[in-house]
Amino acid sequence: MTTEAQHDQPTSRTYFLVLVGLLILLALTVGAAFLKIPGHTWGMIIALTIAFAKALLIALYFMHVKFSHKQVAAFAAAGFVWLGILITLTASDYITRNHPASMNYKGEPRYLQSDYPGR
Amino acid sequence: MSQLTALEHDSYPAEQFEDTQQQSLAATLGMWTFLATEVLFFGVLFTGFYMYRMRWPDAFADGAKDLKWYLGGINTAVLLGSSYFVALAVEAARSGDRRRIVRNLLIAIALGVMFIGIKFTEYGIEYHDHLVPSLNFSSVSPEGQPRATQEQIFMTYYFVMTGFHALHMIVGLCVLAVIAFFARRGKFSAAYHNPVEIAGLYWHFVDLVWVFVFPTLYLLRHP
Repeated sequence: MTTEAQHDQPTSRTYFLVLVGLLILLALTVGAAFLKIPGHTWGMIIALTIAFAKALLIALYFMHVKFSHKQVAAFAAAGFVWLGILITLTASDYITRNHPASMNYKGEPRYLQSDYPGR
Repeated sequence: MSQLTALEHDSYPAEQFEDTQQQSLAATLGMWTFLATEVLFFGVLFTGFYMYRMRWPDAFADGAKDLKWYLGGINTAVLLGSSYFVALAVEAARSGDRRRIVRNLLIAIALGVMFIGIKFTEYGIEYHDHLVPSLNFSSVSPEGQPRATQEQIFMTYYFVMTGFHALHMIVGLCVLAVIAFFARRGKFSAAYHNPVEIAGLYWHFVDLVWVFVFPTLYLLRHP
């Protein structure tokens, strides 16, 4: 958007390569969904990592963040940073909610000092 | 709105700006500010979805399996393609090639309409499969498999997320059509093409949201 950035604007070829990259990532994420991956969180992590990679390609190239003024990058990141805070704080409640102090993270009882009167 | 004023009075830059670069940057920053509110709008839906998914992993995995993943996948490819042609239209606008703007925008619009068509076909299939909560959700699938009650939470999120996304698509298609109309009338040149860029940003953002919607709803098939 700025004059100094004007000369290294992406070309049609760049856009085409980005599209090819996005379609490859799409094939990867569909393929990964049908793999038998042990542990349910891994499927989620793989799907979301690929989604973030695709989002980054779209934002940097199609939406020109890479070729724009730094202010644009800051404005673009702001919404996602606040969303990160929202998800982190919400998850920190919901993940720990069903594990009261008397249980460890596996849901096993955590013995209190009073259970062992001898010690 | 500054670019609209510039359009009406044919003065560019608009009088409140020092130069065209400043006006262009202001328009871009304004659009990204709006898009940040959109990130949070869709963000709460994703947050809620994943919290419920952790609570009911089996029902949510079954829900994903009840959707047609290949239709969602085809739609992702269609939308990525549409975004690509909008990027080409913006590039054409920068070089002031009026015919190439219109041509690329029309292809992008055609792909967008195709996306909406496939999406509504899917809604039809889901209605037929008795998957619509509060309308016809059935605790037994057409194949005779039992469905968890909590799958209704999944389906509600599915309809709200894809529904709002489709609404954004329809708005975006109208915006692209208006831009194509003005481009045809010769309103944009290599010197002045802010509206094409800003409309492009909106369309790419709708694409970006779908990139998260697709794996979230269709691909988390294992509890």
